[in-house]
Amino acid sequence: MNGITLTLRALHHGERHLEDELRAAAERHRTEHEVHHVALDLAGWSHEHAARLAEAGRHYALDLDGPPGHRDPGGALTALREKASQALGRRPEPGLLLLHDLKDLYLAAAENSLHWEMLAQTAQATREPRLLELASSCHPRTLRQVRWANTTIKNLSPQILGAL
Amino acid sequence: MEASVDRIADPWGGRTPYARGAAWPVRTDTHLAPGTTTDEVDRWVQTASLLHSNGDAMDIAVRDGRIVGVRGRAADRVNRGRLGPKDLFGWQANASPDRLTSPLLRDGRRLVPCDWDTAMGRIAARSKELLDKRGPGSIGFYTSGQLFLEEYYTLAVLARAGIGTNHLDGNTRLCTATAGEALKESFGCDGQPGSFTDVDHADTLALFGHNMAETQPVLWMRVLDRLDGADPPRLICVDPRPTRVARRADVHLAPRPGTNVALLNALLHEIIRTDRVDGEFIGAHTVGFEELRRRVASCTPEWASAICDVPAAAISEAAGLLGSAERLLSTVLQGVYQSHQATAAAVQVNNLHLIRGMLGRPGAGVLQMNGQPTAQNTRECGADGDLPGFRNWQNDRHVADLARVWNVEPSAIPHYAPPTHAMQIFRYAEQGSLRMLWISGTNPAVSLPELGRIRSVLAQDRLFTVVQDLFLTETAQLADVVLPAATWGEKTGTFTNADRTVHLSEKAVDPPGDARPDLAIFLDYARRMDFRDKDGGPLITWDGPQEAFEAWKRCSAGRPCDYTGITYDKLRGGSGIQWPCDETRPEGTERLYTDGISWAHPDVCESYGKDLVTGASVEVVEYRSLNPDGKAVIKAAEYRPAHEEPSQEYPLQLTTGRTLYHFHTRTKTGRVPQLNAAAPEVWVELSAADASARGLAEGDLVDVTTPRGSLRGTLRITGIREGLLFVPFHYGYWDTAEGYGPSGEGPGRAANETTVTDWDPASKQPLFKTAAARLTLVRRGDGVPAPAPTTTASAPARPDGIRPTEGGPDARATQSTDVPRGDSTPDEAARP
Ligand code: SF4
Repeated sequence: MNGITLTLRALHHGERHLEDELRAAAERHRTEHEVHHVALDLAGWSHEHAARLAEAGRHYALDLDGPPGHRDPGGALTALREKASQALGRRPEPGLLLLHDLKDLYLAAAENSLHWEMLAQTAQATREPRLLELASSCHPRTLRQVRWANTTIKNLSPQILGAL
Repeated sequence: MEASVDRIADPWGGRTPYARGAAWPVRTDTHLAPGTTTDEVDRWVQTASLLHSNGDAMDIAVRDGRIVGVRGRAADRVNRGRLGPKDLFGWQANASPDRLTSPLLRDGRRLVPCDWDTAMGRIAARSKELLDKRGPGSIGFYTSGQLFLEEYYTLAVLARAGIGTNHLDGNTRLCTATAGEALKESFGCDGQPGSFTDVDHADTLALFGHNMAETQPVLWMRVLDRLDGADPPRLICVDPRPTRVARRADVHLAPRPGTNVALLNALLHEIIRTDRVDGEFIGAHTVGFEELRRRVASCTPEWASAICDVPAAAISEAAGLLGSAERLLSTVLQGVYQSHQATAAAVQVNNLHLIRGMLGRPGAGVLQMNGQPTAQNTRECGADGDLPGFRNWQNDRHVADLARVWNVEPSAIPHYAPPTHAMQIFRYAEQGSLRMLWISGTNPAVSLPELGRIRSVLAQDRLFTVVQDLFLTETAQLADVVLPAATWGEKTGTFTNADRTVHLSEKAVDPPGDARPDLAIFLDYARRMDFRDKDGGPLITWDGPQEAFEAWKRCSAGRPCDYTGITYDKLRGGSGIQWPCDETRPEGTERLYTDGISWAHPDVCESYGKDLVTGASVEVVEYRSLNPDGKAVIKAAEYRPAHEEPSQEYPLQLTTGRTLYHFHTRTKTGRVPQLNAAAPEVWVELSAADASARGLAEGDLVDVTTPRGSLRGTLRITGIREGLLFVPFHYGYWDTAEGYGPSGEGPGRAANETTVTDWDPASKQPLFKTAAARLTLVRRGDGVPAPAPTTTASAPARPDGIRPTEGGPDARATQSTDVPRGDSTPDEAARP
């Protein structure tokens, strides 16, 4: 495993993770309508990124999709939802859970962003135009995911925290 | 020449054709109460229409202290004397016997009359208690698009600097939020670029989701007169319904709802591919063209055709007309604003004009339209999700400047986040952090999406609701305190139409009973709350409309919407005046951006923009590096599928909208005999092909069901696109047994029982055009047709046996093309 395959793997994992987290947050916060709808849109971006990473991985003999059945989105989601409702039960205000989820989404997207940065840098250094192209077409969307989480936290936190 | 016309049967009246570049001839429309003659009128009192956004200028006829009719103002630039059906007949609602005449207070399940002191005392006491215990974020205001400028401005000052809450918005959110947002995205600032006079000069007109014939009938008369004159313009219509506009169009595109961005990207693709762009204009006045070129490179007409379900050849043909226009006027309204990707699509229309250099010249302009009569004023006065005077909440210098005008500390004006939009205000009320909601001049219990949810929010015990209105609306019936308000004709103030024309509306008669002008109510509240400036003086220093107007002028000084050159006196007599109007432009400003883009500079702009998909705010640093010189921003957008697509369970698409004869939730127009008779009950439109596939016929009673709920209406078979249902959203419950919601048996009749709670992330305008629905038969109609007008987009596909919509003798109005004498000669009005 070299640096490129290492990064591809981390990134693929990270995009899938973010997709799952976005879908779980959308599910948990159905009554926060904008968060719900936009999170689903943004999950679509991560889904597409993961598919493109898997496709790129094939050129480096990486099987990122894993064996069939390896990933069970339904199962993963159910687990996440369970975790969520537990969390919900523990927390006094669903608003706090929303801020907590948005913070996690921000961090997950920021981590992906750093990995895209690493991939782009390595691709340049090792002259891998295909990967550079991939990074420059996906990374901007990751940054938009980061900014979305940031703006949403910024706009909602005064009311949620102020009303405690 | 004088003629008498049934203006329900013939809503647009007779033609006065004119050639391109000529002045629109005068035609004075008058309607007086049956039996009243012009000689018997005591006084004519100046005003403009409050039942749509066109701002048709008119005079109210007063006899023995009562309103007895109206007459269009020939001198005015907007209508040159013409009036639409709602203008001609709508005044009768003022004298309805069921006007509210006294404040009401909730006592258990009932609302009981009380005096003003008791009602206002209760509101002030609750406000103080909440401020004390829960802070300013627990109080919110939801206002209208029908109050006057002076009232919005006063409300903005008392809410933002008095209470210190960020939660103030208007129902203009449903209506015009995307117009404002699209202008901010492209030009850095709100402000209508074009002018209605562009109709006189255009060689090509493109109407995007804008059923002008019904929403702005007088502007449509102007277009009809051009179409019948020499050198008529070519007309392009984008609308899924067979509107009057569509019937007159050279090219009619009826896209699948929710696909506007795909269609517009294909039009842009064709214009770029055929090199119909104005490179010089792009270079001098814009940033972002390369990104747009890349984004639309693959958006061929064939690609869009598959998404929009419109023939690729028709898209190419439309692009050909747009690309070869020398004077292109585009207009945009709810078909774009209330649909999926609202801001992204509206911005692509701006882009069309930016890349073709079609801006700032007679006939070359964009009109991002408004729905409501005074929507423009909520936007500029800061009574919606903006700071007053188009100031930028992210720019500390703008906030400091506003604080200077109000003589408060900048920290007294909440600006830590964008002002809260209406949908979020309701969310805060739902979730319990907002405990008092003051609703003025609007009826969310009928007009907001997902009514079941809205009713449950409003009915909560922990939420203290104040409703200020003319009638006991559906919303008022759920209130804790109801305040009776005066309306148009009963109070004085100004308002501004969709092409920046400011009109004065003077008091003609006294309001009924104890009803009071909205301004007087807000001022009373401010006094009781004892709001202070930073030196301990009163925060609000004015006492009547004219003083409030002067205060607003000081707030607007030097801003794009500069009113400093306008006075009440200047507005009396002649024509309305278009802002900006100041010392250097004493006659106002017909078109913006005649010498390049003026307000997009990072230091000046109202907004740094947003991400059109995520709604994330752009920060100043980013904006500065993208657009250091303040040019127009060409913002590309990728098409994304709608959030709710048809499925097996819900195989049809559902879109809601308006009809010519009603305004908003019918609180006024439903009480006007001629208008009510023209469209008395809700109906459901379906195409002939869909009807025969389901074995349904005209007049059948059907239920329309979505995941939110159902509504029941009568079927009208029209030429609407296949797969689509249309339901007018005007009908609520005030004139039914239940009063504010559906009764126990079966679904209600309000379209918004079925609509989805989802909004455009950039403009926060709710989506009323893209829901998935199913249709079920309740009962055969046995040949009785639907109660839908035949004169409009609801015209039956097969007219046989369906009685045409008529108004009869009481719906006659005179139209005169004689040039009136006296102080309002048309030449005076014929300013270039
Ligand atoms: S009907 Fe209501 S929402 Fe629609 S445009 Fe008119 S005022 Fe706006």
